[in-house]
Amino acid sequence: MKDETIGIQGLAFHEPLLFEQGSQGRRGCSLPENDVPEVKPERLLPKKLLRHDIPGFPELSEVEVVRHFTRLSQWNYGVDLGFYPLGSCTMKYSPKINEEVWKLPGFSRAHPYQPESLAQGALELMFELEQYLAEVSGMDRVTLQPAAGAHGELLGMMLIRAYLESKGSPRKRVLVPDSAHGTNPASAAICGYQCVQIKSGPRGYVEPQAVAEAMDEDVAAIMLTNPNTLGLFEEQIAEIAKIVHGKGGQVYCDGANLNAIIGISRPGDTGIDVLHFNLHKTFSVPHGGGGPGAGPVGLKAHLAPFMPVPVVEKKGKRFVLNYNLPSSVGKVRAFYGHFAALVRAYAYIRSLGPSGLRRVAEVSVINANYLMSQLKSHYHLPYDKFCKHECVFSDARQIPYDVHTLDIAKRLMDYGFHPPTIYFPLIVRGALMIEPTETESRETLDQFIAAMKRIAEEAERDPELVRSAPHKTKVSRLDEVKAARQPNLRWRGKAPGQGGSSAG
Amino acid sequence: MILEGLHYTKEHEWVKVEGDRGRVGITHFAQSQLGDVVFVELPKVGRSLRQMETFGVVESIKAVSDLYCPLTGEVLEINSTLESKPEQINAAPYGQGWMIVIKIANPKELGNLMTAEKYRAYLAAEGH
Amino acid sequence: MQYIPNTEADCRAMLDVIGVRSSEELFADIPSKLRLKRGLNLAPPLSEAGLWKHMRALASKNADVDQYSSFLGAGAYNHFLPAAVSHLVFRAEFYTAYTPYQPEISQGTLQAIYEYQTLTCQLTGMEVGNASMYDGSSALAEALLMAHRINGRQEVVMPLAVHPEYRMVCQTYVGKLGLRLHDVPYTDRGTTDLKEVKAALSDRTCCVVVQSPNFFGALEMLDEIAEAAHGAGALLVVVVAEPVSFGIVKSPGECGADIVVGEGQSFGNHLNFGGPYLGFFATKEAYIRSMPGRLVGQTEDKAGRTGYVLTLSTREQHIRREKATSNICTNVGLCALAATVHLALLGRSGLRELALLNLRKTAYAKAAISKLRGYEVRFSGPTFNEFVVRSKKRTPAQVNRALLAKKIIGGLELGRFYPDLSDCLLICVTEQNSREEIDALCKAMGGGR
Repeated sequence: MKDETIGIQGLAFHEPLLFEQGSQGRRGCSLPENDVPEVKPERLLPKKLLRHDIPGFPELSEVEVVRHFTRLSQWNYGVDLGFYPLGSCTMKYSPKINEEVWKLPGFSRAHPYQPESLAQGALELMFELEQYLAEVSGMDRVTLQPAAGAHGELLGMMLIRAYLESKGSPRKRVLVPDSAHGTNPASAAICGYQCVQIKSGPRGYVEPQAVAEAMDEDVAAIMLTNPNTLGLFEEQIAEIAKIVHGKGGQVYCDGANLNAIIGISRPGDTGIDVLHFNLHKTFSVPHGGGGPGAGPVGLKAHLAPFMPVPVVEKKGKRFVLNYNLPSSVGKVRAFYGHFAALVRAYAYIRSLGPSGLRRVAEVSVINANYLMSQLKSHYHLPYDKFCKHECVFSDARQIPYDVHTLDIAKRLMDYGFHPPTIYFPLIVRGALMIEPTETESRETLDQFIAAMKRIAEEAERDPELVRSAPHKTKVSRLDEVKAARQPNLRWRGKAPGQGGSSAG
Repeated sequence: MILEGLHYTKEHEWVKVEGDRGRVGITHFAQSQLGDVVFVELPKVGRSLRQMETFGVVESIKAVSDLYCPLTGEVLEINSTLESKPEQINAAPYGQGWMIVIKIANPKELGNLMTAEKYRAYLAAEGH
Repeated sequence: MQYIPNTEADCRAMLDVIGVRSSEELFADIPSKLRLKRGLNLAPPLSEAGLWKHMRALASKNADVDQYSSFLGAGAYNHFLPAAVSHLVFRAEFYTAYTPYQPEISQGTLQAIYEYQTLTCQLTGMEVGNASMYDGSSALAEALLMAHRINGRQEVVMPLAVHPEYRMVCQTYVGKLGLRLHDVPYTDRGTTDLKEVKAALSDRTCCVVVQSPNFFGALEMLDEIAEAAHGAGALLVVVVAEPVSFGIVKSPGECGADIVVGEGQSFGNHLNFGGPYLGFFATKEAYIRSMPGRLVGQTEDKAGRTGYVLTLSTREQHIRREKATSNICTNVGLCALAATVHLALLGRSGLRELALLNLRKTAYAKAAISKLRGYEVRFSGPTFNEFVVRSKKRTPAQVNRALLAKKIIGGLELGRFYPDLSDCLLICVTEQNSREEIDALCKAMGGGR
């Protein structure tokens, strides 16, 4: 294979911090003119509350700011640059039309408190999106309020708690499989629940037997992910739901992996009472380098009285915001949710339509199995059966050469790929979780397979090359121990051309 | 690496009896599992602890573990050099990586702990 | 319209390699009774052109702050966003990137977050800031949880002058964990009653919350409240919903705050009908390990080159799981980047000037309205860019209807949150409101009996 990789090599290799550049008096934007009397601030505010200066605050011209962030951007990898096979993250392509429509002034420059009569377009969009998500998931109602998946999980657990309280007791414990994402037990804990771990069975599934043993009248709920974090559909999910319901508990579903089953199976039809969606996964809202996404929650009718306020309702031809829900859990966020993300998800669903969405699931599963079938010659596959949208390998065959999952991940960067998810789920030692999504071409997948095979060969032939990777990136492996032992979380220097201390 | 003459807990702490005092730390196995220690949270001198009560937290970049007190007693000393040099826990887990010294309230509790031999067997049974 | 590169032919070839005849075999493990046996009941797909038409039609059913003069604030602020902000933030390398877990190929995002953290500290006067929370309301709720983790106490002193939706979110978050919110009233100055704060303090008080400028736009006396709180062994949590005020108002850190949180939407982010917004979170170094959210630290690589990396991650959900400081995973990275760019463009003198513009225009509006017959300024204390007006002759709803006819969106009718202020409106004036607009507002308010 020719050594022509898709690397990231901007022309600027080092860029100082904002605070280390510029000069006193520079400014990067113009402000509207002052057309009112120039009253001195001392006449309007108490003297002891006045601030005179912010030492060390940046002072840059527009060209300096633009060059600064343009350079920074060139050190980043993004979906628009290349393949991002992060398992559990669904890094699919974000359509550009969606980026245009949320910026329409009627959406982006609307105030959340403007009169309802002047927000009918926004309310209509939210109402319809709720219906689309309900249809896709098989749930009765949807709330768009949570800001992210974990936020949705928190709300979902609050709904369960409120429901059980209304039945007499919130109960004390929540069952969480050992393969669950860390946000699951964290969210349950914030709700005041104690987590009980359910060990996955030998074939990677949650076993009804294990659930039955742990289930009693003091367990509020089980939190499942389906397909699970090994990329397998929980075949016995209906039986598990029955066991939990049988003792009065509720079933929460982490909907992060919806991409694999959209249009094919609906969580609501499998016994789920409440689930969250990740709009920045299944519904193509871009990841933004760490958000903003959105985590709407779908729920069955018995949980509807507890929904957060306000609820969008249709009265005749008009849409209204209803704050009058006496049993509501309250709010998990001011205003209504990540509206700009909702617009993009809405546009995505309208673009694809029912057959387009189903094809998403079909092709994401074909792509993942294609990768799996070709990589298992070189990497250990702990659960050797057809997967859904993602598959999990381990580093067991590379360990004898003292090459680990982390090294494989770092070496992949030299081949121009973002690494897969590593060390998750916890039930596989040295896990490598690969999710291609449906928006990758066969050629990209073939390139990835070739790179992975080559790295496996390097691990045997020249392990040090892999262990010391990456070699072609802006920085090599960073000293994370030093970062944690001596935390340096902010700049504390002297601004250019300024004397004295600049501590903020 | 397991030292003779110490007593061990199932959570991988050791205690060295020094008269009526007990010096406490974590084992070589524990520090190797954690990786480079970045931070350790220790109790205040004077705090009373029951056997197997958590007395602090040890942190690496990839994991956090609770620390369990092997015996009931009052904290007499804490190893304050660990604040600036947490790496001592990795370099010398049985020596300069010691964490606290307690006044042993009930020597009989040593019977609840493992000897070096039993700890060795315990690690082997867990697959290490 | 769909975005799948692989054609039917590509898929057939791949299925051959996998060793199956059809993709159905890959879904065979889903029990038949759990399979959807019909198509999804959704509208047929739209082409890109069709989608554009539909979305424009929807958007046109909304007013926006360019078509109308707006005097709404209350936690969401209409500020001017320079063109360079979206030009930079919507570079694909920023907005299609993932969370920077692999630092070697995420140095752009990571350095920008480090700069954001620094700006947060400079503005708030605190020692360490995180990479962002969802918004001001949830940041405040997380601050309460953090204060509780620090001192274990159960009661929170919560002034009624804190944004009502923020209070509601706090109640939702902390109610399950046994924490109790203790309401404290406001005075005729529009500020929190210090006597009542002191009366509410006890050795069970975890923290005292103060918003400044508060929901009514009034500036609170932070150092007096800090003294009272600390005297009772409680922490002071300050929340700021309008951070443009940082340009002219003394930082909460200098006044004795232990945790400072708030809403950063004013910088770099559109109104967006309520979200996404930007929660900032800052505290003292001593409390770093109790802090929720991501943190970026500076370090070196093997060759000694400076680099940035996510650090102190063991506090977070993916490691600590149920003992984590928060369940937060995806936050609002791009919103924080937008704020960083906007603040960099404003700079030291620009931020101050922006704050002065807001302060002066609001003072002008306040003076003009106080001269109108049938109205009075409700609270006597100093304010930043919002203030409360009492309508003596007409109801606030009637006033706003009259304003709408002149294409003016008036202040927030406070009756929805405060029964004793049902005759009042909360008016916000920013640099986006010209003198003509303010004069037009007064004229439209003054007209009619």
